[in-house]
Amino acid sequence: MLRTVLIYVVIIALAMIFIPIARENMEKQDLSDLSKEYVKNSIDKLETQNVVTSVVVTYRGLDTLGEVTVLFLATSGVGFLINRRKKRKSKIRQASEILNTGSFFIFPIIVLFGVYVFVHGHLTPGGGFQGGVLIASAFVLMMLVNNNSDLNHLVLESIEAISGFSYVIIAALGLILLGSFLDPTFLPMGKLGMLFSAGAIPLIYSFVGLKVGAELTNIIDSLRNESTESEEVTK
Amino acid sequence: MMLTTYLGVILILIGIWGVLTQKNLIKMVIGFSVIDTGIHLIIVSIGYIKGRTAPIIDAAVNTQNAVDKVVDPIPSALVLTAIVIGLAVTALMLTYVIQLVESRDKSESNLKDPLLISSYEELKW
Repeated sequence: MLRTVLIYVVIIALAMIFIPIARENMEKQDLSDLSKEYVKNSIDKLETQNVVTSVVVTYRGLDTLGEVTVLFLATSGVGFLINRRKKRKSKIRQASEILNTGSFFIFPIIVLFGVYVFVHGHLTPGGGFQGGVLIASAFVLMMLVNNNSDLNHLVLESIEAISGFSYVIIAALGLILLGSFLDPTFLPMGKLGMLFSAGAIPLIYSFVGLKVGAELTNIIDSLRNESTESEEVTK
Repeated sequence: MMLTTYLGVILILIGIWGVLTQKNLIKMVIGFSVIDTGIHLIIVSIGYIKGRTAPIIDAAVNTQNAVDKVVDPIPSALVLTAIVIGLAVTALMLTYVIQLVESRDKSESNLKDPLLISSYEELKW
């Protein structure tokens, strides 16, 4: 009883903290000076159509590097906590012929769309993270269809490691050649709206996409292995 | 005074209520996800400017008038970061749940539901 009362007291107290803050959040009429600079420079200097991408990859690139590190830590945490024991073949019914054929047909299309989304991250909505998640979803489809399939973790981990390393190398190249970390302008800038434009931004976002795709596939595969094993134990 | 901000606050409060009252471990993880979503809504609503469009140059926004036509790109970028980190944290929490269920007393006499938080009294402090 006391517990329930305390819970509702906490929630009401939090509401009393949050609601005045929400009331103060007046609708803005204009961009702040910093955002104006970002929008102007992303068009004039970085030749990036998608301003969010130029903020994520360049102006707040260090945040993104930290974010990728957090994702890597989460993946290693999941892999560390779920100890992969010897795999036993689970006796789940095999997928039907239609599902098998259909998924093999649609798998390359989903991967291609994921690659499209992260390669065009500087032009259209989307980018490395979204594209990476799309690629991981293609692998989830394969896991659902063929539940005894064995992913090659060495390949996944090498993709992850190489793309993470390349990201840092590109960022350091900006530091060496132009004097600022994560400066993408050391490659030819191209014309606004072209695929090969915006310097190193598409390159960085592609590496982020590959890294996120590999990491998410790894996480989902770890969780899936664990669940099939638990079923074996309870049988 | 924006509806989206209030919706975000409501979502945060619902999430906290879920984390505090629910006994099922999976539902507690869902509560954390709901808190995440509320925070994302609030951050996005901070950057919103009425009548403007997404910060992407296309037919509606050309290079000259971009500054007067787009919403604030910084909160959008921060939410992009926050969503991915929320995903990573959720995956990690689910892994903890799996390990907790795995580590329980597997003897026949143990009739407790493995997904209830009250089955893990040794974790109380």
